[in-house]
Amino acid sequence: MSEFDESAEAELTADEAALLDALPELSESGEARRQFLGQAAALGLGALAVNLLAREQAYAWMETSTEAAAPAQIENGVTVAMKINGAEKSLTVDSRMTLLDGLRERLELTGSKKGCDHGQCGACTVIVDNRRVLSCLTLAATCEGKSVTTIEGLANGDALHPMQTAFVKHDGFQCGYCTPGQICSAVALINEAKNGEVSYVTANVRTNAKNVKLSDDEIRERMSGNICRCGAYPNIVAAIREVHSGTEVAQTWNLHQPNEDSAENMEDEKDATV
Amino acid sequence: MRPFKFSSANDARNAVQIVSANQAAKFLAGGTNILDLMKEDVERPIELVDVSRLNLTQIKSVNGGLSLGALAKNTDTANHPLVRQNYPLLSMAILAGASQQIRNMATNGGNLLQRTRCQYFYDVAMPCNKREPGTGCGALEGINRMHAIFGWSEKCVAVYPSDMSIALAALDAVVKVQSANGKERVIPFADFHRLPGDTPERDTNLNHGELITAIELPKNNFAGKSYYLKVRDRASYAFALVSVAAALEMDGNKIKQARIALGGVAHKPWRAMEAEKTLVGKEATEANFKSAAEAEMKKAKPLEHNKFKVELGTRGIVRALQMASSGDAV
Repeated sequence: MSEFDESAEAELTADEAALLDALPELSESGEARRQFLGQAAALGLGALAVNLLAREQAYAWMETSTEAAAPAQIENGVTVAMKINGAEKSLTVDSRMTLLDGLRERLELTGSKKGCDHGQCGACTVIVDNRRVLSCLTLAATCEGKSVTTIEGLANGDALHPMQTAFVKHDGFQCGYCTPGQICSAVALINEAKNGEVSYVTANVRTNAKNVKLSDDEIRERMSGNICRCGAYPNIVAAIREVHSGTEVAQTWNLHQPNEDSAENMEDEKDATV
Repeated sequence: MRPFKFSSANDARNAVQIVSANQAAKFLAGGTNILDLMKEDVERPIELVDVSRLNLTQIKSVNGGLSLGALAKNTDTANHPLVRQNYPLLSMAILAGASQQIRNMATNGGNLLQRTRCQYFYDVAMPCNKREPGTGCGALEGINRMHAIFGWSEKCVAVYPSDMSIALAALDAVVKVQSANGKERVIPFADFHRLPGDTPERDTNLNHGELITAIELPKNNFAGKSYYLKVRDRASYAFALVSVAAALEMDGNKIKQARIALGGVAHKPWRAMEAEKTLVGKEATEANFKSAAEAEMKKAKPLEHNKFKVELGTRGIVRALQMASSGDAV
């Protein structure tokens, strides 16, 4: 905000005043927003720029104050202490707040994604006490004493988790929105196989064995709670297969130089390599 | 989501007292169904009592059978060595439901209390006698492809969604319940869930405030010949169109006892008693399986969009019995 002259004041135009009312995310910052928009108007910014800047400021205001960002009004507050990616955290939440919203909006861990918010897509998957769960159907209030690992907690500094590396190598995503959930899910899946857990496609649930070797069918069944709208499934399976087997699997994709004079040829090559 | 008071219980008696005292209070265990319904504004509790930390998670042998703690997770139940060895039908059924993430959260007691996924029940803009008694049934003459073919009423044609319960029905489980007066009662599985009749708002015969503490399975000789077949619109992570829990006990090459329960066809797990009776004393052949299946399915009353479930159910029963009989899956 340093680029604005703190002392600048100006009247709002009718358009700007209307815009102000149409920006609910600013409604809680009261005086500050009026002053800000006044400043913006004084600097002669157009309505669009005001909109963008105002939004940006609103988000910055929300983000800069993790502790202060506790919503002004919490109904039925519950104070929970839990371990998030190894660090002790304590916060007071509205009883309605899900773990997903707590992570994203109170703890600035926006890696876990809100896809459907109804337990159907898996984008919000995190690992709680060594089990993969859906953070959108977990109330933060129920997490007292629990240990939560999110996508942000998998890498060791700059060294990616092997599953992250494998997803990059095998191009296990396109838009990337489902990826944090996919990776958390896959990391837990590897442990489940080590523990000898069974699935619906396991040939015989009565056979007991640790370190189950998973077929691609098994990987697909065990990952069925994670939806990928882009359809990167073959590459996701390849990445998991590599980490699970511990042996390198060849990439199935390739960056081709398209043949300059033939768009058709390019299509052929794409088909052949995907 | 509407505001609600939250507390975490560390004593079952106390939890039962709190919920019993407030008609708008509910227990919270895994939360996989009730939170979804609260977000949809279908469930509107003003108080939730988290029972997930109660000491009701043990899975142990009792009287030659097995007791499953109501708060044991579905995953831990499906993978327990005693369940896998002696009740593989139950393992298979649990694993056929939901996703790994949800099975990791969901508890055994909560699984029994899942509510229907009927879209008219979920959509608060639609009429639904189950959600709001007296408003009518949107599905009866609406889109009813997923709905009941057995036991429905003019008031409700919804189906019950649990896979786990279909196996429990076939295995003659009993449900142990703690009541408000501190007493325990035991409900045979066949009497636990209800047909809709005139009161579709009641899914089960539990009274308000009663807490499931355990599910008990009697000893049986089905382990080596059982199978859970689930037919659905996609290969995984979908509710059943039709599912079949099948178990056989043989005496030489004759069937001594058969158990068949169907999912996706009624307001409760549907025990195919007619088919079971037909099979006793017969050889385990495809022809015998088929006549048993037909004996059951001829009583079906399909709706406008789900006539396919009758043939699917017939073939499903035959297929599940073949798989159970071969013993390949277990």
